[in-house]
Amino acid sequence: MSRHRNVRGMDYGEDYEGYDDVYGHSVEDDYGVSPSTAEQFIFQRSLQHHQLASFLEEGEEDLKREEEADLARRDSERSLSDPTNFQKPQLSDIEEAQLQSCLEEVRNVVGETVPERTMIEMAVTHHFNFEKTLNALLDQQESSAGNNNNMETQRGLGATAQPPKKQPSPGRTKRPLPAAAAAVASADDPAVASIAPEVAKLSMPSKGARKGFVLGPVPLPSEIGDKRRKSAVGKSGLRGDFLDGMTDGNMKSESRGKLPTVMSAPDLTVMAGSSAVLPGALASTRRESKTSKAGTIDISKEYSKRQEGKQLINLVVIGHVDAGKSTLMGHLLYLLGQVNQRQMHKYEQESKKQGKASFAYAWVLDETGEERQRGITMDVGLTNFETPNRTVTLLDAPGHKDFIPNMITGAAQADVAILVVDATRGEFETGFDSGGQTREHALLVRSLGVTQLAVAINKLDTVGWSEERFNEIVGKLGQFLKQAGFKESDVQYIPCSGLTGENLKDKAKEPALTKWYNGPSLVDTIDGLKSPKRPIHKAYRQCVSDVFKGMGAGISIAGKIESGGVQVGDRVVIMPTAEHGQVRGIYIHEEETKWACAGDHATVVVTGIDQGNIGVGSVMCSVDHPIPVASRFRARVIMFNLDVPVTKGFPVLLHYQTVSEPAIICKLISTLHKSTGEVLQKRPKCLTKQSNAIIDIETSRPVCLELYKDFKDLGRFMLRYSGSTIGAGVVTEIKR
Amino acid sequence: MKLVSRDLEKDGAGQVTLVPEESEDMWHAYNLVRAGDSLRSTTVRKVTTESSTGSSSSNRVRTMLTISVEVVDFDVQACVLRVKGRNIQENQYVKMGAYHTLDLELNRKFTLAKQLWDVIDLERIEMACDIAQTADVAAVVMQEGLALICLVTPSMTMVRAKIEHNIPRKRKGSCSQHDKSLLRFYDAVMQAILRHINFDVVKCVLVASPGFVKDQFCEYMFQEAVKLETKVLLENKPKFLQVHSSSGHKHALKEVLSNPAVTARLADTKAAGEVKALDAFYTMLQNEPDRAFYGINQVETANAAMAVETLLISDQLFRSQKIAERQRYVALVESVRENGGDVKIFSSLHVSGEQLTLLTGVAAILRFPMPDIEDIDNDSSSDED
Repeated sequence: MSRHRNVRGMDYGEDYEGYDDVYGHSVEDDYGVSPSTAEQFIFQRSLQHHQLASFLEEGEEDLKREEEADLARRDSERSLSDPTNFQKPQLSDIEEAQLQSCLEEVRNVVGETVPERTMIEMAVTHHFNFEKTLNALLDQQESSAGNNNNMETQRGLGATAQPPKKQPSPGRTKRPLPAAAAAVASADDPAVASIAPEVAKLSMPSKGARKGFVLGPVPLPSEIGDKRRKSAVGKSGLRGDFLDGMTDGNMKSESRGKLPTVMSAPDLTVMAGSSAVLPGALASTRRESKTSKAGTIDISKEYSKRQEGKQLINLVVIGHVDAGKSTLMGHLLYLLGQVNQRQMHKYEQESKKQGKASFAYAWVLDETGEERQRGITMDVGLTNFETPNRTVTLLDAPGHKDFIPNMITGAAQADVAILVVDATRGEFETGFDSGGQTREHALLVRSLGVTQLAVAINKLDTVGWSEERFNEIVGKLGQFLKQAGFKESDVQYIPCSGLTGENLKDKAKEPALTKWYNGPSLVDTIDGLKSPKRPIHKAYRQCVSDVFKGMGAGISIAGKIESGGVQVGDRVVIMPTAEHGQVRGIYIHEEETKWACAGDHATVVVTGIDQGNIGVGSVMCSVDHPIPVASRFRARVIMFNLDVPVTKGFPVLLHYQTVSEPAIICKLISTLHKSTGEVLQKRPKCLTKQSNAIIDIETSRPVCLELYKDFKDLGRFMLRYSGSTIGAGVVTEIKR
Repeated sequence: MKLVSRDLEKDGAGQVTLVPEESEDMWHAYNLVRAGDSLRSTTVRKVTTESSTGSSSSNRVRTMLTISVEVVDFDVQACVLRVKGRNIQENQYVKMGAYHTLDLELNRKFTLAKQLWDVIDLERIEMACDIAQTADVAAVVMQEGLALICLVTPSMTMVRAKIEHNIPRKRKGSCSQHDKSLLRFYDAVMQAILRHINFDVVKCVLVASPGFVKDQFCEYMFQEAVKLETKVLLENKPKFLQVHSSSGHKHALKEVLSNPAVTARLADTKAAGEVKALDAFYTMLQNEPDRAFYGINQVETANAAMAVETLLISDQLFRSQKIAERQRYVALVESVRENGGDVKIFSSLHVSGEQLTLLTGVAAILRFPMPDIEDIDNDSSSDED
């Protein structure tokens, strides 16, 4: 009843006020609009203002023309009939085409900031040479914008960002900066001289290859610009996306110590001649434009720089279960300072609590509860460390028989391997003789293209550092590894103990060992492993080994880049589902970078894709050269030790890079002679052990494949059947 | 399947009336019905009648129809058999020669008449009517991120559900995403088990995986079952059997079925027997390649020498639409038996049968080596493709 009374006593006047409140304003106000949406869709005078102003100064005709620029670009007729008195010079067809392409290049760099008319004039005077035209244009702007900027700086701290008369080229230093940024910049000004070398110095040590800055006198103004840009990054939201991209590009180039090497010789002289021009800044602008055309040029240069520093190697640790792989590597990481004391102490305590004190080091790499509880590695553990001369991506493979698919995934991404064997009496024998994984692992990594192998003879402390035992194992292994196809010179044997840490980082100190061993420690050996030549000039290919939701937008895709390179902003396609996306960020070893190339273990954040459509085994490629997708292909295989012969219709598991897919051997074409490769028998009844053959394989779902002759690493695969590896092969022909 | 009546002439012609009782019987029926046979069964047909005033009305009537079979279609997932053909017995609703598609239904009898009932067909009927052979097994084959829920009946393996999840890897310092999605995956598998496995029929549930996935999963499932009080799982806990397999793909089921622990528990189901026979063939091929052959030409040659000890043959070959081809295989089977050989007819729905079908569908283990067959091999099989 009380509610009814309320109704009776209600003051309607009040209600109607509320009504007005609700309907009096527009609906949009009720919704929160994200800043980025607002930027895109909502007109803001403040944003457009300076541009309008700049055009107003040149007269209204120009403004109009700018608005129609888009149309005019496509329709040159239109620009001729433009209301200005500007007449395009009479050009032949060829010249016209040259002009158009030149203009396009120029626009890529300067955007809409230069009137078309000026561009055309410049292009004609410079005979359609893009670089010269651009230089001339930028010079022209430089002089006018330079004045502008000086004024701004003088205005000092409280200055509000005044819209400049004319917008300068985006990649340049003298861009109108937001108030705060301008303030910082001006504050920096007096200290220019001291800052500039500092910047150069600062960026030097991080990647090692920074010789670039030393060349020639350091262009001071560019450095200031650099500083400013850095300070302005946070506020760059005010500018358009396009400008943003450019800023980033510049920052990247500068912070990486990019040289103005892209320029051709004549340009350098031009540069040197014009004192007002900032070589560094201009060069990077120019480089940016090239990058957008051909990203590989950039990456290969960056790569060669990086090569001068520490070489990158991908190292997989293999061996029989319980040989001590994880413990060895965990201890190594600890000794190298990758794991801090507190963390290690925690592991020690916790493992003791579980009654597995000896597993403490293994816990560094075995992180899931299941792995720790059972004391075995299940999935490949990925981490990185540095030795004096190498940057190492470490892949800790599981040794257990059931996890060989995971081990293959890891080994497929490796360049070099450490084979860990247990020196304990009986343990080595079980691991090595039939049924153990030592043989299988060694064969696998060899078939997957690993040629350099370090054999860590582990747990030698349990046999009293006996030399005879060491030699016995070396003898047995040496014979086998030679058969497996490893060159003797590429295999090294290191006695060590993962648990005590003997001969891991520092040279052996144990008297029982030093008595007969004086060789390198494990780290020294790793340091001496060579990095293979990376196919960075080929199309971009990255095999997806992990897909997860990272922080922020986009989906993180991890895996080793097999060839080519990728940089932020690239469009990529993920096969076999052909998902198109854009790269938003790249991380190598959990550090953000702007680019990554072949050999890197990169996590790439991609937007615009559906997580459901990609999985482990997909391949991320450049849009222009996607990887072929096949469900039936011809291959040349070599069979290992088989329990049952392989006939046609034989179901196998195809392991290819990170993918494992059920497949059927649908046709046996011929068997071949092992060394000469001549056909021994056509249409054989079955393939027996150690035979070499050509077969057709059909997968149940399409997989990404490359021919061996095109891409060595991407043309290899393994065949497994009911828990054992039965063969390895290379793709020779894609059927469909 | 229940056999109601059997009326065969001396020359092999005649008719048989059967009542299918479970979905597997449809598979048997599929193997019996071929183009050219006549099939009589009750069915529903839409009949349009025109009244004297010209207005037409249509209604569905249940009627008995006899058709001459033209197309036989079997849906494995739903276990439905559709038979299309022309009416050969006029009744008040359907004219002669009118097309009709019979959907064979459970527990409705049908009569199948053939010009010739051969030994394979008769065996099939016998097998279908043998109650002792009905032993249903469910199998969950899984690996991290992939699980298949299969139903294994004496003559069929049906994939009831395929669960595929992307499971992020463990990464340095963070494996929470890995653990979380793993649990989500286990939950999905558990739901699928509840949905697809009928514990009243199934005698045993095999959970097979490499590594510890099976242990982890079973642990999770029964924990959840206790938590959610899922009675059906708790009551049937003893039916779950954990087996090792090398992967989570379908063909790993073969390993599961040949596992001695499983065979002991399942008595001798047909599926397990087939796996064993195929394994024997491969072992022979490895050890004495001259005593194991595949391909119809080779096997026939061997048979001519009365050398066949065990004949492995896929039932797909008997479904051939060409009568002559079928007769060739039937003759082979009869002849092998006459010579004292053992004949194993593989169901093409089983994993082992699938493999045999791809291996030309017919294979033989011989009593004595016949090395010269290999030569015939190359000449005759080259014209196959």
